[in-house]
Amino acid sequence: MTRVVVPVALRALTGGEEQVEVMARDVRGLVQALDERFPGFARSLGDGFAVAIDGEILHDPWLEPVPEEGELHFLPALAGGG
Amino acid sequence: MGQGEQKFRWVGTRPIRHDGADKVTGRASFGADFSLPGMLWGRVLRSPHAHARIRKIDLSAALAVPGVKAAISAADLPEIPARSRGSSEGPVDFADLSRNLLAREKVLYHGHAVAAVAATSREAAERALAEIQVDYEPLPVVLGLDEALAPGAPILHEGLRTRGGPDHGPTNVAGRIVFERGDPEQGFGQADLVVEREFRTQTVHQGYIEPHAVVARTDADGQAVVWCCTQGPFMVRAFSAAVLGLEVSQIKVIPSEIGGGFGGKTTVYLEPLAILLSRKAGRPVKMVMSREEVFRATGPAAATHMRVKVGVRRDGTLTAATARLCYEAGAFPGSPYQAGAMTVFAPYRLEHLFVESLDVVCNKPKTTAYRAPGAPQAAFALESVLDEIAQSLDLDPIELRLRNAAREGSETPYGPRFRRIGLVECLEAARSHPHASAPLGPKQGRGVAVGFWFNAGMNSSAELHLNEDGTAVVVTGNPDIGGSRASMAILAAEELGIDVQRVRPVVADTESVGYCDTTGGSRVTFATGMAVVEAAREVVRQLRERTARLWGCEPEQVAFVDGRCVPAEGSGLDHDPLPVAGIARQAARTGGPISGQAQLTARGVGPGFGVHLCDVEVDEETGRVQVIRYTAIQDAGRAVHPSYVEGQLQGGAAQGIGWALGEEFVFDEAGVLQNPGFLDYRMPVASDLPPIDTVVVEVPNPRHPYGVRGVGETPIVPPLAAVANAVARASGVRMTRLPISPPRLLEALLQRAGDRAA
Repeated sequence: MTRVVVPVALRALTGGEEQVEVMARDVRGLVQALDERFPGFARSLGDGFAVAIDGEILHDPWLEPVPEEGELHFLPALAGGG
Repeated sequence: MGQGEQKFRWVGTRPIRHDGADKVTGRASFGADFSLPGMLWGRVLRSPHAHARIRKIDLSAALAVPGVKAAISAADLPEIPARSRGSSEGPVDFADLSRNLLAREKVLYHGHAVAAVAATSREAAERALAEIQVDYEPLPVVLGLDEALAPGAPILHEGLRTRGGPDHGPTNVAGRIVFERGDPEQGFGQADLVVEREFRTQTVHQGYIEPHAVVARTDADGQAVVWCCTQGPFMVRAFSAAVLGLEVSQIKVIPSEIGGGFGGKTTVYLEPLAILLSRKAGRPVKMVMSREEVFRATGPAAATHMRVKVGVRRDGTLTAATARLCYEAGAFPGSPYQAGAMTVFAPYRLEHLFVESLDVVCNKPKTTAYRAPGAPQAAFALESVLDEIAQSLDLDPIELRLRNAAREGSETPYGPRFRRIGLVECLEAARSHPHASAPLGPKQGRGVAVGFWFNAGMNSSAELHLNEDGTAVVVTGNPDIGGSRASMAILAAEELGIDVQRVRPVVADTESVGYCDTTGGSRVTFATGMAVVEAAREVVRQLRERTARLWGCEPEQVAFVDGRCVPAEGSGLDHDPLPVAGIARQAARTGGPISGQAQLTARGVGPGFGVHLCDVEVDEETGRVQVIRYTAIQDAGRAVHPSYVEGQLQGGAAQGIGWALGEEFVFDEAGVLQNPGFLDYRMPVASDLPPIDTVVVEVPNPRHPYGVRGVGETPIVPPLAAVANAVARASGVRMTRLPISPPRLLEALLQRAGDRAA
């Protein structure tokens, strides 16, 4: 099970839960699973997000595999400067 | 042998940059240097109001001006659905981008583009602009954060709701983000000292020396060719295609040399207009911004209003911290409020924290990235509070930071844990640097500040072609801003074992190399360099294969050592070493041309930390601050070309000193910028600054083949606070509002004198 840290703005959807455990193959499956468990999660997350899986920040992460035993954070997708 | 002890032939050396001779002799072609036969001149009509509804735009009189061949307004751009997001460059709202290119329903800042014309001469184009009839309904101006957040404030965008926040109806707060950990109140309860301060920074500009410039030609079949100065030719292609309703294959972008960008050339202003005008006119169109247009209408960096509170034990251990950050987005959402929230406490271990950050729209130009977007402002606030804490507790400011510094495994404020980072090594380098213990004179003070930036990976492509004489061409799609050609050539030369001057680095157009994300995010040497290394390793694989053919053996029996194919250990072969040039000469008879290519999404980004030391002398009669000594220390992971790493550190320090001491946009009550030129917008020049010393710390990034992190952005994060802390220690006055310009500091000094007298 992957330990997902719920963004503060979405904790109303999880009943205040800061962390939830999810079994999924990839980020897409993980978001779908979260949306089934907490309706509105996917819409609230929007499309402009990145994730950090075990400390590595990944942009455009929809198809990224999710480790069975790991930690995932949702983060804003940032643009850099010069 | 660890990565840190590896010996390289070229990595870490300082060869003359391949584009250097052209640049120092004036031969290099920048955006405005390009021209085509039959070319028209394009000009933009800009709004005289900072906020107004557009009732009507009539172009007919302009089109009747002799020499005018085309005129456009927003009506000529396809309507893009609101909140149309998506780009490999990160989140981009193309509806907003389209409205920033040409105002549609409203103008949202003074200088907002309203219409554009193309004519046979610049004079005819200017005459045509004067003939364009625009019927405006002026609206109340929302000048900045205070006005935008005030109850009953005029609303810029009726449909705007707070992303990430509760829906309270129309608002000027476009976004809100919160990070929290532990219980800050409990943490403050454990503190012996709690310091809470409020800070403000003003709108500043990237100040690149080269104004935006473009030439666009649309051919009879609808294909557009665009020559322009940009940080991202693929970005120009994608953004132009999106706002014009074209396929990306209908646009080819050829990047010129670039005279600075610093994040300011990561979007489009002129390019889609030039394409559209050239389509209408059937002739090439050239557009060049004046300096005034650059200041009035291209993205500056966000002004901020911040409140930071930090609790600390007497021994210097931080117990809790909170921050409320407000960033001005300008006319459309998209300030770096999220990055500010993520970076503000990133350098330190904190058990209890809370950060709230807001994205606020107002009637100023839409902000754009500026080196480490959002981080310098946030660091100014936190590092100022830490300095005050160090003074209050009589602690050495470097020691205070060392006691709390993030290390490998530390949890970031935004959640994930750091992998290998070099903050402690930078702080130790600062502590042992002669600057840290040099004596100070009267009215002089020393400031210390830390900075952090994530750095980025993203998408890159590279090709490496081996020529028949053993020289090589390395091709990428990233404009060279900070010496990246030299870095790409060094990495290729290191892998191929050939002289770096035998590798020709090329920045290609969008049809001549695979996709590359923009030059930005401190990513090119890291990510595009990674692609170059992969392409070079493919060439080496082919070299071994070709040698095996020549020797009549298997490729596994051939090793590649120091630029030569040799019999592998235990292969039993007996051949003289075959150098790259020797194999290249025989390529036609061993299988044809030898080339490698690679395309990747770069993984394993290594964050960057820096520590800056700044000495100033304060003239208490005038309020003038003179920076008398400056040292920038940063973990580069590995400095591929140390001169350009040092250049990045020096450039970031110089820009940050300007941000701290002199630079600010000054608007009048109508929202009109009063200082749109370098005479009144005071950036530091060489005579304002001391030599900036640098220390490049190398804590290799274990996820990069050469240990590279990124270096371009971190150096602008610490200077704002380093300068302000130095001023505080020199004068006894802590300035919480930037810039620390002479009148502002003098006022504070006089206030203090008055307080003392009272």
